[in-house]
Amino acid sequence: MGGIPHDHYEPKAPWEKGLAKRLPIVGLLYDTLMIPTPKNLNWMWIWGIVLTFCLALQIITGIVLVMHYTPHVDYAFSSVEHIMRNVNGGAMLRYLHMNGASLFFVAVYAHIFRGLYYGSYKAPREITWIIGMLIYVLMMGTAFMGYVLPWGQMSFWGATVITGLFGAIPFVGEALQTWLLGGPAVDNATLNRFFSLHYLLPFVIAGLVVLHIWAFHTTGNNNPTGVEVRRGSKEEAEKDTLPFWPYFVIKDLFALAVILVVFFAIVGYMPNYLGHPDNYIEANALATPAHIVPEWYFLPFYAILRAFTDEVWVVQIAGFLTGGIVDAKFFGVVAMFGAIVAMALAPWLDTSSVRSGRYRPMLKWWFWLLVVDFFVLMWVGAMPAEEPFNTISLIASAYWFAYFLVILPLLGVIEKPEAQPATIEEDFAAHYGGGDAGKAPSTQPAE
Amino acid sequence: MFKTLAASAVAAVMLATSAFAAGEATGHVENVDFSFDGPFGSYDQNQLQRGLQIYTEICAACHGLKFVPLRTLGDEGGPALPEDQVRAYAEFYEVFDPELDDFRTATPSDHFPASNLENAPDLSLMAKARAGFHGPYGLGINQLMNGIGGPEYITALLTGYTGEEKEEAGAVLYENTIFPGGWIAMAPPLYGDDLEFADGHATDLHHLSEDVSAFLMWTAEPKLVARKQAGFVGVVFLTILSVLLYLTNKRIWAPVKARYKK
Repeated sequence: MGGIPHDHYEPKAPWEKGLAKRLPIVGLLYDTLMIPTPKNLNWMWIWGIVLTFCLALQIITGIVLVMHYTPHVDYAFSSVEHIMRNVNGGAMLRYLHMNGASLFFVAVYAHIFRGLYYGSYKAPREITWIIGMLIYVLMMGTAFMGYVLPWGQMSFWGATVITGLFGAIPFVGEALQTWLLGGPAVDNATLNRFFSLHYLLPFVIAGLVVLHIWAFHTTGNNNPTGVEVRRGSKEEAEKDTLPFWPYFVIKDLFALAVILVVFFAIVGYMPNYLGHPDNYIEANALATPAHIVPEWYFLPFYAILRAFTDEVWVVQIAGFLTGGIVDAKFFGVVAMFGAIVAMALAPWLDTSSVRSGRYRPMLKWWFWLLVVDFFVLMWVGAMPAEEPFNTISLIASAYWFAYFLVILPLLGVIEKPEAQPATIEEDFAAHYGGGDAGKAPSTQPAE
Repeated sequence: MFKTLAASAVAAVMLATSAFAAGEATGHVENVDFSFDGPFGSYDQNQLQRGLQIYTEICAACHGLKFVPLRTLGDEGGPALPEDQVRAYAEFYEVFDPELDDFRTATPSDHFPASNLENAPDLSLMAKARAGFHGPYGLGINQLMNGIGGPEYITALLTGYTGEEKEEAGAVLYENTIFPGGWIAMAPPLYGDDLEFADGHATDLHHLSEDVSAFLMWTAEPKLVARKQAGFVGVVFLTILSVLLYLTNKRIWAPVKARYKK
């Protein structure tokens, strides 16, 4: 696997040779674990292992929780209380699962923004990026349906609001919404199908994760310089890389352990910090909560959804041009999904020949503004739909689209990139040797 | 450049989330120094027993605790009533048994009854269903030391009556500085000196409110002590593991980095 030349597994004992002839699984695992990895990866390259851990944590705790959970509108809420009170270690399991979802999204957002800054989405890694985006969308679907299962007030009303989005689609919306819900409103049929899908989708994600890893093992990892590993010979490649085991496994595990210290402190000492108090009230179709707010990881896109009201001229024009078929609600839905699609299209929207943001003096500023924009959207998504929040969310949403649709294509033309190091080894040597690039060319690296 | 991103991202997430994790309380909810606050807090057994007495003699007239099994009154870390007292306490209630198709005396394996009144909410989870505060600056990080303020909200509500009444659509409403909207249908349940404790503990309004709030925190989160202990063990072990992995990592990389040293 992979275009970077490296040592492969050589079966030695007779049984190894026999197994390799019939099923070369040891060789596959060896190649996966020993993949040549750029030496100069920084601490933003640890999120992959955190995400893998999260997926495993969620699946394992989830499987045990399912053993005690009852997907029925009359019993769901009390079965969760049964888990919290009667099941051995049940309270801990549930809090791990609940907060595990948040850790999952912290890690995925860090991972995505890492990719955006260092240009990890660019050729030849477009497929890795697209699969990653699919995983992210599936994660959101899974998390949303999981939040419905405890059948609290926010579960119920969140499900009502979000499935209502599909009802905004012209012509087919209402029929589609009824089909999704399994009835005219969120009820037992909805709870059951959400439960079924909440159990299924993580395994689809696991499958896509395998493809994601396969794809980037084929192209090789990106790295902070964006410069490719030299592939002329094994010796040359070894100057730029180190095997994944043990160098990066240990490094990543160290980072994971530090993150888990914080995670365990939250689970142990403030497990309801990221939750909403209303979800400890059983679902009641007759009592609407004062504020219906999604989980924090949906807030940026929820803000984009709500940003496009009737008063926005873009919405008015769209409504006028389509004879009123596109209303504010539908426009908001399109904008929300469009925001993710725009991000997924980054490989084709970015016209710059330089991969890493490190050598792109203009992109740096726009990128960090995008990060700020993301947090502004997250904050404003939690606020009530009134001024000044409406205007703020409109501006922030506009920037999100502008970054991908205008700034990325334009920067490639107008930006003058800085000099990049010739090799990864040069970058690594500059970092640890203070300028003496060892056997690499003696030019001063760009950083 | 990116080293700070993780930290700042977490902080920003906290800012965004706690902004909406706020409760609906209108008035100001004062923090109460409960024994179960903070990473090392645990329930005060005597306080829980007093709270149970208040609940039984006053709250239970209208409210229920349908998610709480009676046997858990004997749990370590909770009220920890002796087994014979749990049994005797259970006999105080009548429950409907679908197998008998009739009412019978409750046993410790039954739950507390549900609310007697249609509009009296079940109190099992009330202390987690209300957030009293979310400081500092809306960050919510003081949850680590003070919790989400659920029991404080209950205390504030019970002591928040102004004494004003009004009649609306045939129902009497009582003014309360904490309740959303300012008017609550529940008549002031506690006035102070409503009952007597066997141990002679203070029975003024504020003490009674705190005791019953502590009890309701226990009904909402009976595994709080075990959870905090698990959290502590997790944090300690993972910290040790982090140090060991840090040293291992440094050692493994040392020769690689040394190759480029001057």
